[in-house]
Amino acid sequence: MILNMGPQHPSTHGVLRLELITDGEIIVEVIPHLGYLHRCFEKHCESLTYPQIIPYTDRMDYLASMNNNHGFVMGVERMLGIDKDIPKRVEYIRVLVCELNRIASHLIAIGTYGIDIGAFTPFMWCFRDREHIMNLLEWASGARMLYNYIWVGGLFYDLPVGFEDRCKEFINYFKPKMGELNGLLTHNQIFIDRTANVGVLPLDVAINYGVSGPMLRASGLKYDLRRIDEYSAYPEIEFDIPVGKGEMGTVGDCWDRYKVRVDEIEQSVKIVEQCLERLTKELKRDKEFDPRAKLPRKCTPKAQDFYVRAENPKGELGFYFIADGKREIPFRVKSRGPSFNNLSVVNEISKGCMIADLIAILGSMDFVLGEVDR
Amino acid sequence: MDFNEIKQLLIDKFGNEVIVAEQADGLQPSLTIKKEMIADVCRELRDNELTYFDFLSCLSGVDYGLELKKMGVVYHLSSIPYKKQLTLKVECDFDRESNDLPSFPTVSEVWRTADWHEREAYDLFGINFEGHPDLRRILLPDDWEGYPLRKDYKTAAEYKGIKIDY
Repeated sequence: MILNMGPQHPSTHGVLRLELITDGEIIVEVIPHLGYLHRCFEKHCESLTYPQIIPYTDRMDYLASMNNNHGFVMGVERMLGIDKDIPKRVEYIRVLVCELNRIASHLIAIGTYGIDIGAFTPFMWCFRDREHIMNLLEWASGARMLYNYIWVGGLFYDLPVGFEDRCKEFINYFKPKMGELNGLLTHNQIFIDRTANVGVLPLDVAINYGVSGPMLRASGLKYDLRRIDEYSAYPEIEFDIPVGKGEMGTVGDCWDRYKVRVDEIEQSVKIVEQCLERLTKELKRDKEFDPRAKLPRKCTPKAQDFYVRAENPKGELGFYFIADGKREIPFRVKSRGPSFNNLSVVNEISKGCMIADLIAILGSMDFVLGEVDR
Repeated sequence: MDFNEIKQLLIDKFGNEVIVAEQADGLQPSLTIKKEMIADVCRELRDNELTYFDFLSCLSGVDYGLELKKMGVVYHLSSIPYKKQLTLKVECDFDRESNDLPSFPTVSEVWRTADWHEREAYDLFGINFEGHPDLRRILLPDDWEGYPLRKDYKTAAEYKGIKIDY
């Protein structure tokens, strides 16, 4: 039988239609139909200057706008050759806001995953905690979700006075909350029954399909671009890379993917603490500091092509630029969204599952359609 | 293995004609491969123990503009064990007047992730990939006319009789 799931099903996260070919309750094949949200990101880029594109990158993965900004801006700075001149304080602020945004993104992933499985409380708890992060980032940038804060050559504004203290307060509040969430969801027998040994993604399949981010790490590979490429201030910061261990079932199942995100939140909290430490001690705010001092007058990279990649909450976010050296407008920008690649594996890992399990598999992938369609 | 060693390895294996052009300066060096051989080159680079490019980061179609009359595909490979990146390119001449699509061999047999990327390049650039198992439009409706990311694309005024209002 052919069954249509979505575009309005809650687990299809907005605008994705899945065509299921089923045999009774067993899934024979899943055919994803994308394209409902096509916003022509790449076409738009061919008529805008580099700084003008930054607000568009916000809307790709709208749950992690800071990370998108960061990836894009890094690429432009490398092409202009000013990536070594960025002040240390700016780099640390970038890492700080990116990691806060990573926590917020993972909280949504975990909260909505709870809903997909049928638990409502974790959703409310995660959104309550995320709200604090949203308020912090809104205070820094002036916008709630689409920040457009990290700018080519610096930042739009410096952090507001008192941000560091407020952020510390938040971290102290947040730490015990994760323990509560673990008690409610991670070790919940119903949750484990629904997710362990479901949708197992073996490592070789994951690599073959270009899966990245927490999904790849849940399959057991320690691969994090923050460590591989050592961009921004990450080489100076200590953190671990959590991987899936198959504690409750097989390595690479839904529970592992969920757990990797929970562990990553913990690591991000560690990173945020280290950033705050540096920002309040040796990289203190002073009157002379101008976050926009290194802003180039004209963003005209010389003729070249360049591929930049960064570790987003969802995986490897890449931008491929072609600059012609004459105009301020890029000749071509291609974006490689992690969600797009992560979603392509859904058919492979859901063959032979029950229909209800497909919801668990989709939820554990944590994709955002803004990035799948672009 | 660094860039020149990889180049030498390919020449030893496939002969001199495999590399059409190279760009060694710039931030990321790249090799332009003879387009008929791209699938074999990719398979070799994936399977060879010395290179082991097992992860295809990105595959992008490129329209090189109205003057150059060229279409191309750019492959960004990365090697997880060696932590290396490599850029490969293929190009072909393309006459905009003709109805033939520019055509390249598929690499979806080498990396499965190329399947969706090639469908996207087909959808937005009208690049044909020979041997692709399921070459359909992915982002746009099946009956959409034209290839939007080409440089000479005229924005559609209506779709199925419905005016598109911007």
